[in-house]
Amino acid sequence: MSRLDVDARPPGAVDVMLKRAGRFTGPDFDPSEDISSVLRAVRVLVVGAGGLGCELLKGLAMSGFGNVDVIDMDTIDVSNLNRQFLFRSEDVGKSKAETAARRTRERVPTCEVTAHHGRIEDKEDGWYRQFDIIALGLDSLEARAYINSVCCGFLEYDEDGNVDPTTIKPLVDGGTEGFKGHARVIVPGMTPCFHCTMWLFPPQTTFPLCTLAETPRSAAHCIEYAKLIQWPAERHGETFDPDVVEHMTWVYKKALKRAETFGIEGVTYSHTQGVTKNIIPAIPSTNAIIAAACVIETLKIATMCAKGMNNYIMYVGTDGVYSHTVEYERDPMCVMCSPGIAHSVSAYATLRDFMSSIVAAHPDSLSEPSVSYRGKNLYLRGVLEDQFVDNLTARMVDLMGGRTEGLVVVNDKKMKKTSMRVRVSLSG
Amino acid sequence: MIKLFSVKEKQEKAAMEREANGGHASRQSSGEVRVAKDISELALPRSMSIAFPNGRDDLLNFIITVKPDEGYYRGGMFEFSFAVPTMYPHEPPKVRCERKVYHPNIDLEGNVCLNILREDWKPVLSISSVVFGLSLLFSEPNPDDPLNKDAAEDLARTPKNFELNVRRAMQGGYVGQHRFSQCLR
Repeated sequence: MSRLDVDARPPGAVDVMLKRAGRFTGPDFDPSEDISSVLRAVRVLVVGAGGLGCELLKGLAMSGFGNVDVIDMDTIDVSNLNRQFLFRSEDVGKSKAETAARRTRERVPTCEVTAHHGRIEDKEDGWYRQFDIIALGLDSLEARAYINSVCCGFLEYDEDGNVDPTTIKPLVDGGTEGFKGHARVIVPGMTPCFHCTMWLFPPQTTFPLCTLAETPRSAAHCIEYAKLIQWPAERHGETFDPDVVEHMTWVYKKALKRAETFGIEGVTYSHTQGVTKNIIPAIPSTNAIIAAACVIETLKIATMCAKGMNNYIMYVGTDGVYSHTVEYERDPMCVMCSPGIAHSVSAYATLRDFMSSIVAAHPDSLSEPSVSYRGKNLYLRGVLEDQFVDNLTARMVDLMGGRTEGLVVVNDKKMKKTSMRVRVSLSG
Repeated sequence: MIKLFSVKEKQEKAAMEREANGGHASRQSSGEVRVAKDISELALPRSMSIAFPNGRDDLLNFIITVKPDEGYYRGGMFEFSFAVPTMYPHEPPKVRCERKVYHPNIDLEGNVCLNILREDWKPVLSISSVVFGLSLLFSEPNPDDPLNKDAAEDLARTPKNFELNVRRAMQGGYVGQHRFSQCLR
């Protein structure tokens, strides 16, 4: 295995792109010899060191990024080795983040990669602030929604509802499923955040419980039944862990027996894995294509060497190659990233004062508001109302922890589907 | 688009100031925002009540108690635990019956066969819709979609006998080989 010395290689496409202006460069692009040193200073966090993560690390390191962190909670499984090319058979069982970081450093010594083995939720929000760009190589909606909410939580808006650019944390998100994939750029506060376009994701296909219980017709029905009904009934208190071989074997055997009872064929160990883990076979080339798009976008954000993608590209490789870029729009009422409506009340205002003043200002959408601030409910109507009555006479400034500005979420029966975000300022 | 480096220095300074006056913001997940809306708009019929075992600051976990005043299950009291996922309402709440009940659509482990809890869940539905579904389960148990096959056959073939068995079960007695929970008020 030969080492790649980035500095010694002849000027490549990246250098050409960074050292001269052109018709496609971004509006603020400033071509110079210094850009490669800038690139080395930018801090990029790669979330996930799996199929996409390995490709992202390779792409970032070889594009000249020099300060990359990677976080992943997983350890390496033998089934990863076909596409997660930073790992070898002797790495099975080791931390993905640590191994990926070490291998990338070995191959591209100009790139310093720091590993974080652990859950993204275990890091404090403030920890994510230190990075300039966050690149996501994830496989779940939950994890994406989590990072998105952290980054949207950083946003601050001025009186006119314009986002303070110093609070923006750009995200580059990639995702693949078999031969299909997407890449998108999220500039929270400016382009649609993950939550704005939540409707893009179809719900998971689930089978009616009674079908599973009484009239199973397919192998998947039997496997779901074994996992959903038989496991909790017979393995009290144990959580089913799809990565534990004994658990998977147990479910497989139960499903097989059930399938025999109903004369159903097709229950195999790998099908059991597929159904219980929702696995769609990962295609290495899809990962490579999507990660390449993500790396290019990260490079563009960092250097402005070209206009950024606007803002979502899909790739379908099932029949030939189909690809398409769409500009999704922000949800003006998004509960995660919208600027909200400005409203100011007196510095001495109580919660009750605030509620009557906001209702007076928006009589069409509010009549009996419920209010929350920073994840804490200040007032809830309905079944829990008596538990919040004390807050009515409390001062807003105290309920907001001494702050005189903040974003509160207001709900009301009059608003059918959405919540209203209100930028409160306590003045005078 | 933003120009990263013109803002970077300012960003660090601002972040330091922010960290100094208040540490990291606690956030509400979109699921929590939505469930707060659902709970504030929840109108329960007299035959139902709600409790929050972890207090008013945890709306993601609660217990709905159904106390039917008519039908086979009148006089009974059935608790259902609700666990609302952070991806709510993209994903449905997880609902489980905390009592062992003799019911065609509830199995002995407390799994509930209600279409909107699984295959027919839509993000426009709410906690109210599920609560309505639960009350329907007791006013009109459905023998055609059985989760407890014995109870379903019993109801379809011999409704009178089913009624006796429901009574026996609610008193904490045996039906067949299974002993049920006492759920009479």
